[in-house]
Amino acid sequence: MAECHPVGFQWVVEAKQRGATVIHVDPRFTRTSALADLHVPIRAGADIAFLGGLINHVLRNGLDFREYVTAYTNAAAIVHEEFADTEDLDGLFSGFDADTASYDPTSWSYAGAAAEAAAGLREEQFEPITLHRNAARSDEFGSGGPVVHAKPERDETLQHPMCVYQVLKRHYARYTPEMVEEVCGIPKELFARVADAITRNSGRDRTTAWAYSVGWTQHTVGVQYIRAAAILQLLLGNIGRSGGGILALRGHASIQGSTDIPTLFNILPGYLPMPHAHQHESLEDYLERAAGATGFWGNKRSYMVSLLKAWFGDAATPDNDFCFGYLPRLTGDHGTYRTVMDQIDGKVNGYFLVGENPAVGSAHGKLQRLGMANLDWLVVRDFSLIESATFWKDGPEVATGEMRSEDVGTEVFFLPAAAHVEKDGTFTNTQRLLQWHHKAVEPSGDRRSDLWFYYHLGRRIREKLAGSTDPRDRPILDLTWDYPTEGPNDEPSADAVLREINGYGPDGEPLKGYTQLADDGSTSCGTWVYSGCYADGVNQTARRKPGDEQSWVAPEWAWAWPLNRRIIYNRASADPEGRPWSERKAYVWWDPQANGGRGEWTGHDNPDFEKSKPPDYVPPEGAKAQDALAGVDPFIMQTDGKAWLYAPTGLADGPLPTHYEPQESPFTNPLYGQGSNPTRQVFPRPENPYNPVGSEIFPYVFTTYRLTEHHTAGGMSRSLPYLSELQPEMFCEVSPELAAERGLAHGEWATIVTARTAIEARVLVTDRIRTLRVQGRRVHQVGLPYHWGWRGISTGDPANDLLPVVLDPNVHIQESKVATCDIRPGPRPRGRALLAFIEGYRRRADEEKQ
Amino acid sequence: MSNRLSGPMPDVSGEAGYIDHPERVGFFTDTTVCIGCKACEVACKEWNLVPETGLELTGMSYDNTGELNANTWRHVAFVEQRVPAERAPADLAPPGPPSPRGALGDGEETRWLMSSDVCKHCTHAACLDVCPTGAIFRTEFGSVVIQDDVCNGCGYCIPACPYGVIGQRPGDGGAFKCTLCYDRLGDGLEPACAKACPTDSIQYGPLDELRERAQARVDDLHAAGVTEARLYGHDDNDGVGGAGAFFLLLDEPEAYGMPPDPVVTTRDLPSMWRWAGAAALTLLGCAAASFVGGKR
Amino acid sequence: MGLRTWIDHWPVYRQLTGTDPLGRGVAARSRHTDELTPRTATSDKVVQSICPYCAVGCGQRVYVEDGKVSQIEGDPDSPISRGRLCPKGAASKQLVTQPGRQLKVLYRRPYGTEWEPLHLDRAMDMIADRVIETRRRTWQDKVDGKVTRRTIGIASLGGATLDNEENYLMKKLYTALGAIQVENQARI
Repeated sequence: MAECHPVGFQWVVEAKQRGATVIHVDPRFTRTSALADLHVPIRAGADIAFLGGLINHVLRNGLDFREYVTAYTNAAAIVHEEFADTEDLDGLFSGFDADTASYDPTSWSYAGAAAEAAAGLREEQFEPITLHRNAARSDEFGSGGPVVHAKPERDETLQHPMCVYQVLKRHYARYTPEMVEEVCGIPKELFARVADAITRNSGRDRTTAWAYSVGWTQHTVGVQYIRAAAILQLLLGNIGRSGGGILALRGHASIQGSTDIPTLFNILPGYLPMPHAHQHESLEDYLERAAGATGFWGNKRSYMVSLLKAWFGDAATPDNDFCFGYLPRLTGDHGTYRTVMDQIDGKVNGYFLVGENPAVGSAHGKLQRLGMANLDWLVVRDFSLIESATFWKDGPEVATGEMRSEDVGTEVFFLPAAAHVEKDGTFTNTQRLLQWHHKAVEPSGDRRSDLWFYYHLGRRIREKLAGSTDPRDRPILDLTWDYPTEGPNDEPSADAVLREINGYGPDGEPLKGYTQLADDGSTSCGTWVYSGCYADGVNQTARRKPGDEQSWVAPEWAWAWPLNRRIIYNRASADPEGRPWSERKAYVWWDPQANGGRGEWTGHDNPDFEKSKPPDYVPPEGAKAQDALAGVDPFIMQTDGKAWLYAPTGLADGPLPTHYEPQESPFTNPLYGQGSNPTRQVFPRPENPYNPVGSEIFPYVFTTYRLTEHHTAGGMSRSLPYLSELQPEMFCEVSPELAAERGLAHGEWATIVTARTAIEARVLVTDRIRTLRVQGRRVHQVGLPYHWGWRGISTGDPANDLLPVVLDPNVHIQESKVATCDIRPGPRPRGRALLAFIEGYRRRADEEKQ
Repeated sequence: MSNRLSGPMPDVSGEAGYIDHPERVGFFTDTTVCIGCKACEVACKEWNLVPETGLELTGMSYDNTGELNANTWRHVAFVEQRVPAERAPADLAPPGPPSPRGALGDGEETRWLMSSDVCKHCTHAACLDVCPTGAIFRTEFGSVVIQDDVCNGCGYCIPACPYGVIGQRPGDGGAFKCTLCYDRLGDGLEPACAKACPTDSIQYGPLDELRERAQARVDDLHAAGVTEARLYGHDDNDGVGGAGAFFLLLDEPEAYGMPPDPVVTTRDLPSMWRWAGAAALTLLGCAAASFVGGKR
Repeated sequence: MGLRTWIDHWPVYRQLTGTDPLGRGVAARSRHTDELTPRTATSDKVVQSICPYCAVGCGQRVYVEDGKVSQIEGDPDSPISRGRLCPKGAASKQLVTQPGRQLKVLYRRPYGTEWEPLHLDRAMDMIADRVIETRRRTWQDKVDGKVTRRTIGIASLGGATLDNEENYLMKKLYTALGAIQVENQARI
């Protein structure tokens, strides 16, 4: 956090000075470790074993926050007796189909739910999981949960052998401190101190927060990493409370916004799923199959119809399903890595890169470059000529002779982009805060905002297609695309776009929030979760009341979704009766005297709960949407209002996080016969070879990361002298033991090799990289910052070129935080010699397998 | 008139002719909360339009700036150490665990110290004493500033500085160093580095107040078992009469690349030449230079 | 400048007549020094902005002079950042003023070996034509008998420094075009 979010880290430093304990779990001793009370070095890729060990510690010793767990989670729910755990099946859950490498999750369901499924809901509830996996359907549950149609049977005593609590306990029983040491390389004593610290610091009066970043997400089990942290935090009562949570430290100014208003294939704005060809032929199909009837997702018709009204305006009517048929349909995975494979295979012909540099920033840079070299046309919008714009001229494949400019048919348009000070707009930060940035100056030359580019591109396409009678052109011609423009460049008004996102009521006035949305077409709203950001006709995101003139929650600085609630699920900060768990931790509570004696929720934050729903509210039979959730159900986006320790549906790789080895590992899985995630998404093709498990040829683990002084793949830092001089060259970090073993000299060159390619880096020999003891032998880890490429002021080989493409099955994110490699002294071979060098490694790895 | 070349001097600005002047201000750099982000280096360069220093991977941990010089007015040192396990700062955070950080086994652990260095704005500034052109002057805030419109690049100040702070800018020839953002202070702003510092490791303010705050922080650290915490440059009785920029360190100053006992290079000059003209100053400046030795 | 003023500014005169006989403070000040003003004070306007690097979302104040950015620093009003910035945030002015930033559209024709200049308006027109042509050529009304009404011939990958409003227009336009492979750094 000190490395990549230094200004956020001020709060950690301040907390530490006020008595907080700071623990840093990381393969490397970083600038964060330097300020922490405790650094816990861990083998990259072993975090579920570590978190599972903590879960086991809590359960075995009865240290969970029982009142919270029983009331607010599904711990008491009874799981179907057909469910079989990884403990029973040596690393697989029940329902695995080896031919498709996927699960049928039927047996994971609740006992009660399964009974109801028999009564006619089976087909609907249990969609074929392959379909589900291929379309990244887990992502659609981004702000909610998948559907559970029935109230499960419960055992409030948590003693029933098939209740979630007991299932969980058995699942993690072998995640002992000894096993943690065996898998993660964390000594028992060190692990005990972490376990003790977090459990002592959780409960009524204290909370513990976990902060993570892509070190947890970029794995073949990335989603389950986060699930494991969620289970631990729920058991300790640390969700929905101040000082608690699982805090995603996102790495880009509006990466949260890019998910909320997604430029992602599988979702529409506000986490509405993109329609699927096989399931969502009509709006009715879509609404029926893709939403639960209970919880706030029960209002999905209103969200969807209002979106269609925002997009297609008067053309969207009840008679034509509000133009639902205009939306294109998915048939599987259409994620960015799938797209790259399709580029290489000639299926994708045009490509827009908008502030993204996959030639060095995505896993397996060579695949990215080969894909781009096989396009008809490529549009690159960026500040400077990044590697993705120039690969055809100066890329690594040109150096090796694999690519010649005169053979590359891709037509390339480079359009310079406007910077943040040259345009109005909002970023959504890592805590869901929309902050408006005002334009300070006009962009010079041909520099334009992306808003300008897309608005005018759309305008031109509409003009060119005007008068077309082809039905496929109707959606474009019916699109609402009449934004006012301003200034010398005809810049479209970002303010007008934000108003559309907020939505309008029947009277044409901006909506106050999503609770006003209607399902009859009388309201429009571009992104329901953002509705309210322009409440009362005021740009709420531009509010700038100084922090020291308001409460510590600072509700009048900018605007958080949903409805300016700063901590979501904050109903859980009070006990079931609505009283704060402790005075010290009071955040949101039920005030029975307020509202003329009828009572209402109040507190330091806006309650993430219906303000007037009392804690003793019990839903009547047949209630829908939020009315179906009780006054003690804080997780209002879930169909059952509970947090899920166990996920009876919705995940491609199992209801419980389980330790699997990374795709590339020096070790077999000590816990199960199943080595790596059985449902991981692999791309077995010649361009994408994997290093064999346990290979002597690639004996070391490497991990990639960022440095404070640079930004991601360097597009916003390697061209800046003031940043480049601070970290001027690509380097690798190795332990003194590894340096001795491989003859690496501090400050000299080393070559790092995988089956994909070899890169060179200057060597930093440092005690900050630790040699760990795993499964009785020493394992060396190599640290590689991934900022570099061949362009800019500060240049170097791209670390991402070393990576294979292998993905998490739920969200299709690549495993880039761990893989295996060899390392040797000296610079890498040049030109064709590099290809021969890699070929030699591949051949020896093949021979080793036989 | 009291001794103006060494020892305590309660009113540096008054001694420099400012009658109605603001309080003396300075920097307190608490290295225990420095995260080595180098925001200070960049913020300084952005504000003061200081040129880049060059692209060189030094291999000195994450320090690729190397030293203070004409184009580096803030410099973050990175010190990787092996220390006996019991020497690392104890846990500051009851009820947390005790704190070996980065245990290396065999009773050793790793420690990564970071510290942002800067011009000390000495009470007795040798650079100012030896400057023959009057380019270096004492401001009303008590800071020491080089006026680049006056400086003729003679370079006498460079070896005079006991900390090696000043350098000559290639291509320009002038001597440059931290100005404590003199232009900003006049407008009620804090220096760019202190403003940017994410963790408040660099604190700016009235020197007296900073010294009190620093002592309280040391006391807290000592109470928490961090017995190696100590102040550097805070003492009026030290060789420069106390620095306007002082530090809280966790090791000997040498570990951070700072001189252990800096002395104003002009301390022992006879009082006579205080009144001497430029020629004498030049001569003595040379003497001082040969005595102390230049930094480069 | 009158003679009197000129003499007043003569350091030696001031040294001999003023409060600074050693010529180390008041008497040593140059006219330039006396007239120093921070450029933040002379800016034409100050605009509140947000740092474009990581997702902490630090507040920035952008100072503008003569239509150009003259300084960017932390916004002390922000309850998130309290006026502080990291090295990248502190380098924001260089990000927007660096000479390496391209000013003009560049075009590389198929099989070309060099960049060529291209008028922005022409580039926009050509890109619109490419989109229309590729879309027509790769259109899929149905796949496996199911209605898809889409193209997989056009793909997009965006960075996560895009404004929400920009992402919104992108998703809206692409979806209406039938392009589904619309992706973002958020999946990377």
